[in-house]
Amino acid sequence: MAYIHNETDIFTELMGATSVHTSEKDMKKDIIEIRWHGRGGQGAITAAKIVAKAAFESGYRGVVMVPTFGTERRGAPVMTSLKLSREKIYDLSPSLNPDMVVVLDHLLLEEVDVAAGLKPGGWMIINTADDPDAFTFENIRTAVADIHHIAEEAGLPQGIVNSGIIGAFAKASGLVDMDVLSRIIRETFAGVKPEENVRSACLAYDRTRTGGVK
Amino acid sequence: MTNEAVTGKFSYSRPGPGDGGRTGSWRVLKPVMDYGRCTPARKQTEACFLCWLYCPEGVISREVPPTIDYEYCKGCGICAEQCPTGAIQMVEETGKDPKEE
Amino acid sequence: MHIIESGNVAAAMGVQLSRAQVIAAYPITPQTPLTEKLSELIESGDMNAEYIPVESEHSALAVCIAASTAGARAFTATSANGLLYMHEQVHWAAGARLPIVMCVVNRGVGAPWTIWNDHQDAMSQRDTGWIQMYACDHQQIIDTVIKAFRLAETVRIPVMVCYDGYLLSHTYMPFEVPDSNRVDGFLPAYEAERFLDPENPANFNTVTLPEPRPDLQGHTMPGYMEFRAMLQDDMRRVLKTAADIEETFAAQFGRGSDPYIETYRCEDADYIAVCLGSLAYRFRDVVDDLRQEGIPVGVAAVRLYRPFPDQAICERLGHAKQLIVFEKAVSYGYQGPLCADVKAALYNSTNDKEQRSEVSGYVLGLGGRDIKTLDLLNALRTSCSPQSASAPLQWLGLKNQE
Repeated sequence: MAYIHNETDIFTELMGATSVHTSEKDMKKDIIEIRWHGRGGQGAITAAKIVAKAAFESGYRGVVMVPTFGTERRGAPVMTSLKLSREKIYDLSPSLNPDMVVVLDHLLLEEVDVAAGLKPGGWMIINTADDPDAFTFENIRTAVADIHHIAEEAGLPQGIVNSGIIGAFAKASGLVDMDVLSRIIRETFAGVKPEENVRSACLAYDRTRTGGVK
Repeated sequence: MTNEAVTGKFSYSRPGPGDGGRTGSWRVLKPVMDYGRCTPARKQTEACFLCWLYCPEGVISREVPPTIDYEYCKGCGICAEQCPTGAIQMVEETGKDPKEE
Repeated sequence: MHIIESGNVAAAMGVQLSRAQVIAAYPITPQTPLTEKLSELIESGDMNAEYIPVESEHSALAVCIAASTAGARAFTATSANGLLYMHEQVHWAAGARLPIVMCVVNRGVGAPWTIWNDHQDAMSQRDTGWIQMYACDHQQIIDTVIKAFRLAETVRIPVMVCYDGYLLSHTYMPFEVPDSNRVDGFLPAYEAERFLDPENPANFNTVTLPEPRPDLQGHTMPGYMEFRAMLQDDMRRVLKTAADIEETFAAQFGRGSDPYIETYRCEDADYIAVCLGSLAYRFRDVVDDLRQEGIPVGVAAVRLYRPFPDQAICERLGHAKQLIVFEKAVSYGYQGPLCADVKAALYNSTNDKEQRSEVSGYVLGLGGRDIKTLDLLNALRTSCSPQSASAPLQWLGLKNQE
């Protein structure tokens, strides 16, 4: 019996329900699903929104971004699903079997099962200073970038990691051009250090290190 | 496509005396004015008019002297209560024309 | 111009384009970002309207009623218990024949307390005399808000535009923002026939007697029942007007569908799922999967719920062997309200009981209960058989204690 006691349970509840049938169906429909994990206030949703816009402009006419809500407060784990397809997407449910997972804060790995449902051979993209080999995900490719320091180097205040993580995502996924992403980052952060945010993303793109499938 | 008329499709009425019927018949007590005490009446000029101001039914005229429309006065007694000179007395309604009394 | 934004922002932009003049609203999850966006637009000068902060939803609609009676284009929005709080005024606005538009961001009602999506809130207002429309995605949200103002002001009946809390309000997808000049052409300024006017003092919505009676000017004032009968007649005529407006909108904006029901693969379907809101779109993938299995199934989204498009239901869906209603509300003590309405519509469709479609009902997703694709597939597949009995109310996704 699964009563929901706190916000972590909501994610466990959702992510524990894997659906093989859904993943077969998604493969037929060519939907790419990216799940983003962050903390309230880190800007995971803004990051996903930027990628969504870039993808739409790049020809993905089907774009939906589905945030999952637990208790809303700064620091609480947040999760959002971004689905991309060449055709309109009608299913607005959160991703149970994402193709990629992006983690804005490596400390979340201790709290949330970020890899739940991630397809075999899928990407795990993490903001961390550790090497890809430091992580023990099975059948998963890992990409890492130390966004924390990259952002500082780019001239951003401490803790602004959502622009940098976009660069890591772009490198690992190869789905959207950095040119398009940079422009949208610049527009989104207009008035709030736009160039520094773009720089963080570009630096992260260059410095993202990937590991093979284990 | 023109907008459809809505006149007549909701409850709407213009104000006018007597829409509630002859409310003077509700009276148990009746206000009677003593023009010897009434300020505008004594001074033959516009003054006071608190009875007119406070009457909830608007049956007292803002004139020199003020007059009461007994057709609609319900006899609530607020004018008598408000009159600063005590020029209005509430007396029992006998059903007779006050001019006869 | 396409933008990627949330359903709440889509609604706010629809209100902005419609040049609403008075907005009075009280924040409530999941509507809050809608009202916040509107107040931002007004603050920045991007929208020329008066935003009146109120202390409750009851006051919000009361203020809209006053503003609309004074001749202004008025708008409010709410959800769940906020809608219930203004319930008395909801009835009032309809009886007063005011063209107010309200967005209802669907959320379940307390008790027990919930902030997540279902349709009980709007369903509880079903009989108030408001026109009730449901949007399936963000494009429909922005388009329906604009159409709602046009419809409300044409027929002088308030309109509720409903869309799913969280599922639509807080998700992001691309939609086209209609061109402002074109919207102005489609939706001219509101001109009230009768409005509060110190030069012309009048009583609006006075005590109305059981019987008709002459007024002071000698005209016969209708009795209460006559006013109510006029509302009912005009509501039924909305079916035609809504279709005309849909056609006009489609001609001017290149976008539109059936004003009553949006169907997907229903023409040759033996079994049709019937839903309100985003669930109907969710069902499209399920329908495609079952079609691959050889099951002739389709899904229909009811877009206009009140007035109920009974004739359209019979004509467009009546050929099916079975209609399976999936809804997020219960008329406690009986069955799902949409299910009951569909059955009632079919009752008169044919005297031949053999020919009439069977109707089953499922209740799901209450209080935001997660809806799983596998559950939808299994439920629909089970119902799509000649042997399946037409059960009036089955629960989908219930988790009982062992």
